[in-house]
Amino acid sequence: MPRKTSWASVNDQLTRYLFIGCAVLVSLVILSILWFVGQQGLATFRHVTPLEFFTSSRWNPDRGQYGILTFIAGSIGTTFIAIVLGAPLGLAGAVFMGKIAPSSLRSLLRPVTELFAGIPSVVYGYVGIVVFVKIIRKTTGSATGFGLLAAGLVLAVMILPTIISISEDTLRALPDSYEEASMALGATRWQTIWRVLLPAAKPGILTAVILAMARAIGETMAVQMVIGNSPLFPHSLVTPTSTLTSDIVMEMGNTPYGSTWNDALFMMSVVLLLISLALIILVRLGIQKGEAK
Amino acid sequence: MKAKQTNALATLLLWLAALAIVGILAWFLIFILGRGLPVLGPQFFTGPNGVGGQFFNSFYILFLSLVFSLPVGVGAGIYLAEYAPKNRLTDVMRLSTESLATVPSIVLGLFGMIIFVNVFKLGFTILGGAATLALLNLPVLVRVTEESLRNVPASYREASLALGATMWQTLRKVILPTALPGLVTGTTLVAGRALGETAILIFTAGMSVSRHLFDLRLTAPGETLAVHLYAVQANPLPGTHAGRVANGTAALLVLVALAFNLLLALPSRWLQHRLSGKRG
Repeated sequence: MPRKTSWASVNDQLTRYLFIGCAVLVSLVILSILWFVGQQGLATFRHVTPLEFFTSSRWNPDRGQYGILTFIAGSIGTTFIAIVLGAPLGLAGAVFMGKIAPSSLRSLLRPVTELFAGIPSVVYGYVGIVVFVKIIRKTTGSATGFGLLAAGLVLAVMILPTIISISEDTLRALPDSYEEASMALGATRWQTIWRVLLPAAKPGILTAVILAMARAIGETMAVQMVIGNSPLFPHSLVTPTSTLTSDIVMEMGNTPYGSTWNDALFMMSVVLLLISLALIILVRLGIQKGEAK
Repeated sequence: MKAKQTNALATLLLWLAALAIVGILAWFLIFILGRGLPVLGPQFFTGPNGVGGQFFNSFYILFLSLVFSLPVGVGAGIYLAEYAPKNRLTDVMRLSTESLATVPSIVLGLFGMIIFVNVFKLGFTILGGAATLALLNLPVLVRVTEESLRNVPASYREASLALGATMWQTLRKVILPTALPGLVTGTTLVAGRALGETAILIFTAGMSVSRHLFDLRLTAPGETLAVHLYAVQANPLPGTHAGRVANGTAALLVLVALAFNLLLALPSRWLQHRLSGKRG
């Protein structure tokens, strides 16, 4: 009998260490990504000054010009369009699902949102090419239809599930008493939503928007397929340009490992990595601030 | 009176927004399936330019990536839900898991390329693709596990521990079985997402497919369906009916996504509902 108990406790200790090991392993992944990708990327600055790299929009690797301002502008531009178009629609959908829809309709809408997230990004890009780009070409008279607008439109659809699910969760987590108190004071449902529920849900909605930004700025395939892939600064919404992600995909395969050109592409992915880490930390700070209240 | 009119107008707009969201999805599905379904048939898989190899690779790489990521992800999730004290160290663990979840997939792809193609000199392989894809699954699996375990009522744990069971016995016999439906649903959604992933695989599993159908070698190149759609769209080779192949592949990808979301995720959600119903 005592022996059996000791076996059980040995097992208990062993599995405990095993689980700790798993957690440590998962935590180390991000560090090794930073280390390996960072090391490769920083090698760029042996041949290019950081000032030129970040502030020049001249990208001519053949002539030794490595300025990534165009790509940064492209990434920010597409993300901005996506948020401006997608966030209000997604938020409206979340309010509808959380506060207006009858529960039967809600249980139908939830899988619909998840399906948005389940469709592969190449399929979004494909629809972007065969539909959005063509419509843009016809309606704006642009030569190709590729550009920030096409990419922004595709991304606006792709961020919907992020915006909807996080905002809706936040709205549903609010105490019922908020709604009841407001209604009891004679407010209409819309006044309650607009003046009480949405302000109370603000931290959660901001989290949703920030995570949607992270998704949009890191999205690669769908953007690459509709952005036009030319390293020209975007002077209009409907001229071909590039983003950080799309240019990495386009050029990574054609550059020898260890060349400055190749290193510069890695440095662009370091920039992406740092942006997404900054966004996560922003979300964290927001949550902590919310808790401190 | 004005407040009531605003209320009516706002309600109408919210209904329209919801309709627009459902409408966009419905139009997407009808559009893709309408163009692609007529192309699908046995010929589409085994004929010239058939995608049988890519279809097989998609599932093979998904399977391997789950083999790599499930044990570690679930283990880490168990630790964070059941064992982890609330301190600096576990805070850092959570932060790094969340950060990993937001790393753009192209960056994961480049990381995998450095490790498998440049350091280990394997070239573009199924192994490299699956191992890198596992990194995409990991943080989501950790979160899904942690959430499912947290949904198990504390009284279950207390009862089991009070009967003299060790933590491991409690986990194995009480907590994990109760949390299983949630874990299955979560894993299904992870798998559905991994099946459509492209950016990670272009630079790790490559854009070519083995000459032999059902090639199980880990070192074979492993173009998947999603990568194939990108490839035929980017370089439509003459004489390969690239347009038809693209339409069919897109439809196939959507069908697979539908299957994972509806056929697999819904029953386990229903099971979850039933089990949690019995609980109360």
